Amino acid sequence: MRTPFGSSILDAACRLPVPFIILFAVYVVIHGHHSPGGGFQGGAILAATLILIRMVRGEDDPWGLDRTRAAILASCGVGLYAGIGLLTLVFGGNYLDYSVLPLPLVPEKVRFMGTLGIEIGVALGVTGVLVLIFDALTAGETQESDDGK
Amino acid sequence: MTPFHTRQCLTWLMMLVVAGILFYADRQLPRMGDPRSPASTHVSPYYIEHSHHETGAPNFVTAVLADYRGYDTLGETTVIFTAGLACLLILGVELGRVSQGEE
Repeated sequence: MRTPFGSSILDAACRLPVPFIILFAVYVVIHGHHSPGGGFQGGAILAATLILIRMVRGEDDPWGLDRTRAAILASCGVGLYAGIGLLTLVFGGNYLDYSVLPLPLVPEKVRFMGTLGIEIGVALGVTGVLVLIFDALTAGETQESDDGK
Repeated sequence: MTPFHTRQCLTWLMMLVVAGILFYADRQLPRMGDPRSPASTHVSPYYIEHSHHETGAPNFVTAVLADYRGYDTLGETTVIFTAGLACLLILGVELGRVSQGEE
């Protein structure tokens, strides 16, 4: 989707809600311990923001993730999750047993932080994959419009 | 025409038999939300009583999803990641070429 979808009206209309949606996505991820939400939901909201930017401003906008960066982001998310698991193995616990992580906190807070870490990993992974799927589905359209010129 | 008809009859017969078995087995499952079912007498009370002071998460769902069943959630994330890669492969989209707006 290289050709931007938007006009100046759409551009102005998407500038207003995007920061708030990103803030809400971060809130859903961080506050997932206390309220409904978590990595999957927050990642989906964040991906909605990025896809909105891509649709209005086109592929070359610096705020839009292209598919290579989206794939790297998704890999980083899954890698963060699996890496926290490996880190707990290194510090002598079971896989994904967060209580052995060396954080200066009381034990249940250490597990709380480990949970937060994997939620962030899930959110990055879901964001990357959703942007990647959007990108893969709209890539053919770019090809056609380039040929049409 | 006749073999097709026979096959269709066989399919329907098979489906009805399987549906009958499933409905028969369904009657022996515990009812939804039954407090005396095995899930409600063993696992759920443990989570309700211990999850807060063991994991520090005030939400049972988060505690189970990300802590007690963290391995399962890792698998789910991997499934989503694999789905994204499969989309790329099926649609034949190349990676690695960062678009700079050549035209």
